Amino acid sequence: MKFKARTAFAALLLSVPAVAFADADDDKLVINGDLEIVTKAPAPAHLSDSLDEIMSGWHFRSDETQALEMDDFDNPGMIFVDQAIEAWNTVEGAAGKSCASCHEGPENMAGVRAVYPKWNETAGEVRTLEMQVNDCRTSRMEADAWKYTGGDMASMVALVTLQSRGMPVNVAIDGPAQATWEQGKELYYTRTGQLDLSCASCHEQNYGNMIRADHLSQGQINGFPAYRLKNSKLNSVHARFKGCVRDTRAETFKPGGPEFTALELYVASRGNGLSVEGPSVRN
Amino acid sequence: MRLSTLTVAATLVAGAAFANPVSPGDVVFTEDGAVEASLSGAAGNPEEGAKIMGSKQLGNCVACHQISALADVPFQGDVGPMLDGVADRWNQAELRGILSNAKMTYEGTVMPAYYKVDGFTRPGNAYTGKAAEGPLDPLLSARQIEDVVAFLMTLKDE
Ligand code: HEC
Ligand code: HEC
Repeated sequence: MKFKARTAFAALLLSVPAVAFADADDDKLVINGDLEIVTKAPAPAHLSDSLDEIMSGWHFRSDETQALEMDDFDNPGMIFVDQAIEAWNTVEGAAGKSCASCHEGPENMAGVRAVYPKWNETAGEVRTLEMQVNDCRTSRMEADAWKYTGGDMASMVALVTLQSRGMPVNVAIDGPAQATWEQGKELYYTRTGQLDLSCASCHEQNYGNMIRADHLSQGQINGFPAYRLKNSKLNSVHARFKGCVRDTRAETFKPGGPEFTALELYVASRGNGLSVEGPSVRN
Repeated sequence: MRLSTLTVAATLVAGAAFANPVSPGDVVFTEDGAVEASLSGAAGNPEEGAKIMGSKQLGNCVACHQISALADVPFQGDVGPMLDGVADRWNQAELRGILSNAKMTYEGTVMPAYYKVDGFTRPGNAYTGKAAEGPLDPLLSARQIEDVVAFLMTLKDE
């Protein structure tokens, strides 16, 4: 039948741009000359039907943008980390505490980013790092919650993330987190908006291809928060998700809400095995 | 008898030329996903079609397709096939079908449907990220679709 023949023909054509996967270059990411970052890894078992290899978004950026992440003096995201060190030590709120009052130095946060989002037994829910930071602020410091995608929050998340830089992402997807993970997976594959595209339409089916001027990556979040040259600030995971959903001409979900939290757990799990890379530099 | 049927048919065809645009819900697809009748009831303008394909605000087809005839439009993507010679591969009705709703031709394709207004999940108000207010407009009007089809029909290698 005509329909089938043409589809097969199109499939053949489509396999041509697939060669452009080579475009995810073979460069190596070493930060400050000594910290080796795993930017390519075998796909985790739960992805075995859809991907062989997982890759950091770093491989899809230009050499110039890549270079900015190879030295902390060049990485504009580090300025925000410095600001967060100050915030870490600043007493705020009715309880008269700072982060340091409970946690001492930020280095005690080593390993934390790698396993977030994570099931919180007491709360009975999966929590993102941002939710956890705000929980400390409101219940332990008795200070105001930060805006979920605001600058204070992104900077603090960058400081916490930095303590795990180089460690493998390893979020749990089973046990009590499983239901949330399933919900996130469902969202990842749901086509939204008038353009009717899912995360998978761009980041699973078309990574390596160009969509207008943008080189599509796998949409991994191991590099977050990401400093974007486009808006000259640190961008949080949910802000990025919101932008991508908006670009399908859809009504987005709310940053910090249950849908994006579930989606974050799922997307993080697609990067299990890559190194924590944040704060990264992207365009 | 035969004569009068023919007359009726002729009247219908003539009538179609002046008909109002076919609304997105009323588009008739063949089994293979083609749309035989002009959506606007008129022939399209290929020069307009070229503009629509290259414009970010309109078709933005170059986001996904390369077209040598639009070489002055920078940053052409490669999510979809290169469109050079596309009129050798498809006839006018088939191209109209692909534009109106590409999923009728290619099951599950990522190419958006340009003349469809319902059946979407969480449709937004254009690119604001907010919910759509009231019924959606199709991504391109009937006339714009015909303009693009007319331009695509000029893309012949042979
Ligand atoms: C219409 C295409 C499209 C869709 C659909 C889409 N994205 Fe993206 N996304 C992009 C583009 C373009 C970029 C910037 C280039 C890149 O890093 O891939 C991007 C970047 C990202 C990044 C940043 C990656 C990095 O390393 O900095 C993440 C994370 C991401 N997307 C996640 C998602 C998720 C989750 C969804 C679904 C909710 C989604 N995207 C849907 C086009 C899309
Ligand atoms: C988000 C990506 C995307 C956009 C935007 C897009 N297309 Fe496509 N188009 C595709 C893909 C992918 C295919 C191949 C079908 C398949 O296998 O899914 C295709 C196929 C086609 C074909 C058949 C090509 C051939 O060689 O047989 C035509 C014609 C076409 N598109 C025209 C257009 C026009 C005109 C526009 C804008 C009004 C447009 N497309 C916008 C992705 C896109």
